[in-house]
Amino acid sequence: MRGSLAGRNPVAKLGAALVVTVGLLATIDPVAPGIALVVELAVVPLFGLRYGQLLRRSWPILLGAAGVAVVQLLFGTSADRGLAAAGLALRVLAIAVPSVLAFATIDPTDLADALVQQVRLPERFAIGALAAVRLLPLLADDWRTLAVARRARGLSAGGSPLARLRLFASTMFALLVAAIRRGTRLATAMDARGFGGAGQRRTRARQQRFAAADAALIAAGIGLAVLALGLSLAAGTFRPVL
Amino acid sequence: MTVEVRGFGWRHAGRRAWAVRGIDLRIEPGERVLLLGPSGAGKSTLLAALAGLLPEDSGEAEGTVMVGGRPPGAAEGRVGIVFQDPQAQLVMARCGDEVAFGLENLGWDPPAIWPRVDQVLATVGFPYGRDRPTSALSGGEQQRLVLAGGLAPRPGLLLLDEPTANLDPAGAALVRQALAAMAADPACPASVVLVEHRVADVLDLVNRVVVLSGEGGIAADGPPGAVLDHHGGALAEQGVWVPGRELVRRRAGTAPGEVLLRTEGLGYRHPGAPGPALSDVTITVRAGEALGVRGPNGAGKSTLAGLLGGLLAPTCGAVRATGALAGPGDDPRPHRWRARDLAGRIGSVFQNPEHQFLASRVDEELAIGPRLAGQPAPAVAATVDELLARMRLGHLAAANPYTLSGGEQRRLAVATALGCAPQVLVLDEPTFGQDLRTWAELVDLLATLRDEGRGIVAVTHDADLVEVLADRVLSLQAPAGAPAPRVGPR
Repeated sequence: MRGSLAGRNPVAKLGAALVVTVGLLATIDPVAPGIALVVELAVVPLFGLRYGQLLRRSWPILLGAAGVAVVQLLFGTSADRGLAAAGLALRVLAIAVPSVLAFATIDPTDLADALVQQVRLPERFAIGALAAVRLLPLLADDWRTLAVARRARGLSAGGSPLARLRLFASTMFALLVAAIRRGTRLATAMDARGFGGAGQRRTRARQQRFAAADAALIAAGIGLAVLALGLSLAAGTFRPVL
Repeated sequence: MTVEVRGFGWRHAGRRAWAVRGIDLRIEPGERVLLLGPSGAGKSTLLAALAGLLPEDSGEAEGTVMVGGRPPGAAEGRVGIVFQDPQAQLVMARCGDEVAFGLENLGWDPPAIWPRVDQVLATVGFPYGRDRPTSALSGGEQQRLVLAGGLAPRPGLLLLDEPTANLDPAGAALVRQALAAMAADPACPASVVLVEHRVADVLDLVNRVVVLSGEGGIAADGPPGAVLDHHGGALAEQGVWVPGRELVRRRAGTAPGEVLLRTEGLGYRHPGAPGPALSDVTITVRAGEALGVRGPNGAGKSTLAGLLGGLLAPTCGAVRATGALAGPGDDPRPHRWRARDLAGRIGSVFQNPEHQFLASRVDEELAIGPRLAGQPAPAVAATVDELLARMRLGHLAAANPYTLSGGEQRRLAVATALGCAPQVLVLDEPTFGQDLRTWAELVDLLATLRDEGRGIVAVTHDADLVEVLADRVLSLQAPAGAPAPRVGPR
């Protein structure tokens, strides 16, 4: 069982996360997100993720949830501020965890393949985006080098706000030039290998399949949303957003 | 595949001069051609034309180019091409997918793709499996993978545009091994056209040399030995690294002066890195002396340049400036200096000059340093004029620094540092990817700056540079148990 959902089609994982999220957005009460969160946490091992890994990936969200709760506790206007605070914090977590689970277990290449093969996204877009993602770490390296290079030229960040802004703008411009140059060269290299060539169909070396289990995963997501909202209605705590 | 070029010329849109013109060339199947010529002779443009990569709307063409009896088209897989920078050629995240990418584009039958991927990876001697992330490869390994991707569709013509220019010596050797293996493989492409400045390294990979003339047309064509015997001198003048040329030594004529910088047990560890990038370096930098720093990839050469240049804060030990370099009462640690003070004492020239450019005109670029040093306007103008003349950039005063050639950019980068009148100059791979002429100019310039009393530190893979220029050499070792060298040329 452990990790058995990790290999599901990326589109199925994203779809399941999406339906849970949309379902939970419909209400602001503690019961629906509470139930959803319990189920979400219970299925974490099925995605092959350890709870420690989940915690490491989602600490900013935990921080946000705590912040929302504190604000509600201190400044809330509802009769039962404690309950409202718990509800809001649970809501943030229950909405975020499915996406964290999905993205933590989706490989970018698999996602691009699935977007092309299942969602029928244009390959020019999906493969181009994949190539661009590969360039992002290079961009971060460029930024560090450019910043240091400005110090070597005698320019420092410690000046007036205007001077800082100008330094930032000049670094940004240089980064843009470097990115465009590399991007143009990459596009030429891709052209040379026949990418986007007219008059021939591109084939796919890697197949992304959408199996019954993938449909079941999305159905399970719908089921979870219905269950959470249903129990919240039955308990009488359901409060529609609109 | 037979290549037939007749009266070919190409002019980029908006340019007055032809990038290449008057080319008549026939390449028979099985020929492996080394294409030489001065920079700007149009070697890369000719390769782009052979690869079908010159779109009609991007310029004006004359003459005809035929590959296998037809005009070349990019999307046919008949022609493969490998460029300089592997980082700007890799598309996919995994090595196997990278090789499969071209086959998918060309519409190969999926069951036929993976056997061909494995086969071509074996041909280039790729040591890893298909699932290896492309980001975990060294520069030389990445370029091997790019070569595999180019060979995968079984092109009848393979074009190589300075495939080792962005690599360190070990990486370049990896690529040449792969090219040699490919040349020995009867199943591999019938014809090869290679552009490469360092002729000696590739001479045994080719059986014909074609020299483009700087004035248009072809200057020489024939077997490698004959062409180099007759035209070696002229080629060297044009910047080609022909084998067997004596390099002129430019060591210091006088004893070094006072100590300017001193390091003790210097070390650096990148934030979050498991081990130090550099450890326990104790050296001095003296006035009127050129220090060469060598070492394999991952030994921390660039890190040392950053530490000596006051651009990185040591995590271990210290860099200290002596009273001869720092102002009285100043902190002796360069990384604590204000940027303006730093630029006036230690100049740093980066491997890629473009990283240091700030202005949109060469003369404005040169004015930034003296202006920061507080010089009045007339003095700034005088300094700029002097630097322009000294670096022979006068005719480019109004040009955008990004549009200069590689050699001009390098001279400009050195000039911008000199504008602040530093006593120490730290250069990271100053001769990287330069042709022989630019190389000789740089050696000359650095030797002159040293003889004027500056302390020069050059970290470099370039054994020739160290041989002719360095008065003292520091060899860094890769730290024991170090992680695999970082990807890329540095």
